[in-house]
Amino acid sequence: MTNLDRELKQLKEDIIGMMHLVQSQLKKANKAFTKQSVSMAKEIHSVENRVNATELSISKNCENLIALYNPVAGDLRLVLAALKIVIYLERIGDHADKIARYVRKEKISSEIDAKLLEAISFDAIFDTALEMVNDAIDGFINENTEVARLVFVKDEIVNKFYKKAVIALAGKKTDHSEDAINILYLFSIVNKLERVGDLAKNIAEETIFYVEAKILKHANLKKK
Amino acid sequence: MSTLTMEKKTHFAEPIKNMSDSKKKPSIAKISTNNVNVFYGDNKVIKDVSIEIQEKSVTAFIGPSGCGKSTFLRLFNRMNDYIETFRKEGDICIDGKDIYGKKVMVEELRKMVGMVFQKPNPFPKSIYENVAFGLRIQGIKKRAVLDEAVEHSLRQAALWEEVKDQLNKSALALSGGQQQRVCIARALAVGPSVLLMDEPASALDPIATSKVEELIHQLKEKYTIVIVTHNMQQAGRVSDKTAFFYLGNLVEFDKTKKIFTNPKQELTERYITGRFG
Repeated sequence: MTNLDRELKQLKEDIIGMMHLVQSQLKKANKAFTKQSVSMAKEIHSVENRVNATELSISKNCENLIALYNPVAGDLRLVLAALKIVIYLERIGDHADKIARYVRKEKISSEIDAKLLEAISFDAIFDTALEMVNDAIDGFINENTEVARLVFVKDEIVNKFYKKAVIALAGKKTDHSEDAINILYLFSIVNKLERVGDLAKNIAEETIFYVEAKILKHANLKKK
Repeated sequence: MSTLTMEKKTHFAEPIKNMSDSKKKPSIAKISTNNVNVFYGDNKVIKDVSIEIQEKSVTAFIGPSGCGKSTFLRLFNRMNDYIETFRKEGDICIDGKDIYGKKVMVEELRKMVGMVFQKPNPFPKSIYENVAFGLRIQGIKKRAVLDEAVEHSLRQAALWEEVKDQLNKSALALSGGQQQRVCIARALAVGPSVLLMDEPASALDPIATSKVEELIHQLKEKYTIVIVTHNMQQAGRVSDKTAFFYLGNLVEFDKTKKIFTNPKQELTERYITGRFG
């Protein structure tokens, strides 16, 4: 194994480590919200710094790899993909932390009507967004672009859920300001989950770039 | 006396065997080879290589030692002819003319196809005389003509400003990078249209290498350049197209950007990423 091989192996392991960290943050955010667990929400916040530090550390390693080893072809694509993937992961981590913040600080859902959550398919959006992140991670770890492409299909599902949720929330009439605030918070969370789906899609695109050398960003979905 | 010098003197520019006259596809390439095989005795060192090199472009030949890239390069100015056991099959054309045709005068060919070698090899003469050497061999004696050619060539080789006040100084007293540029100027002085470079910067430091690479970039406007290099980054920096050779075979020939980002052949990817053998 060459030095470059060792460096690339380490880079991949570091990315996978960050993927699992962010995946865990998002799962915890789901649990924190569902169970209204302030302690879990605080735990998410305490790990957020680690996510940020990991992003910086991997970015720095990528910079060193390019400067010292001049990677080309598949090696270069891995490094370039890594530089973007860590940014997307960090943003997913941010969203998980911000969702947890509503539990930690705003105590959002204690008063939220279960029927409203059902009406906006809250669990389905959260589960699908999580599945997308899982698929994006599996696709990268196993260099499996078929699995990565599943993310694109699920992104359309999340988008549909999102539109439905926005309509349902916009149509919700209330005379109580507390309910109105909760509705706004819910809208914000649903919006973040839709963004998580987009970021998972971006990770899948980078995996396909790394493995197949195809650039899918801004490409028509059917052509992906 | 070599058989080459016994050939009847014929100017290379005269039509000898035009590819377009034959059944083969007409080509607009500056250099084209068609099913070329090269043998050293019984040893086949180039295997059925067909390639087209466009005019005013830089083409890099890469591959591990012994893959045949230098042998292939030396076909273009018939340098291999000096090797006793050398034999070739197939067509090699420059400007559509067979350079191995019976009427081709090798000296004339080499005016058209200059060469720069790995190690700077200036003659133990002044800078001026090094650059004027080829012209003097051609019988040019007029000082004004020589002066103009020397200045023009040294300017093209990006060396004029550095040596204009010391043209009578020995070329051997220059730095390695400057010596290599004198050799480039010497090659340019006789007015070639093709420049072959066999690892021209491998003996130079990074600054001199950078100057030679910048020079290659500038010379591309007027010359067709073919460069053999072991330096992958250099191939990436200077060339428009790259050919990867392995065991005498042309494995892949494509745009340099394509070769270094997403080569078609796995063998190419393994070589350029250093996972070979």
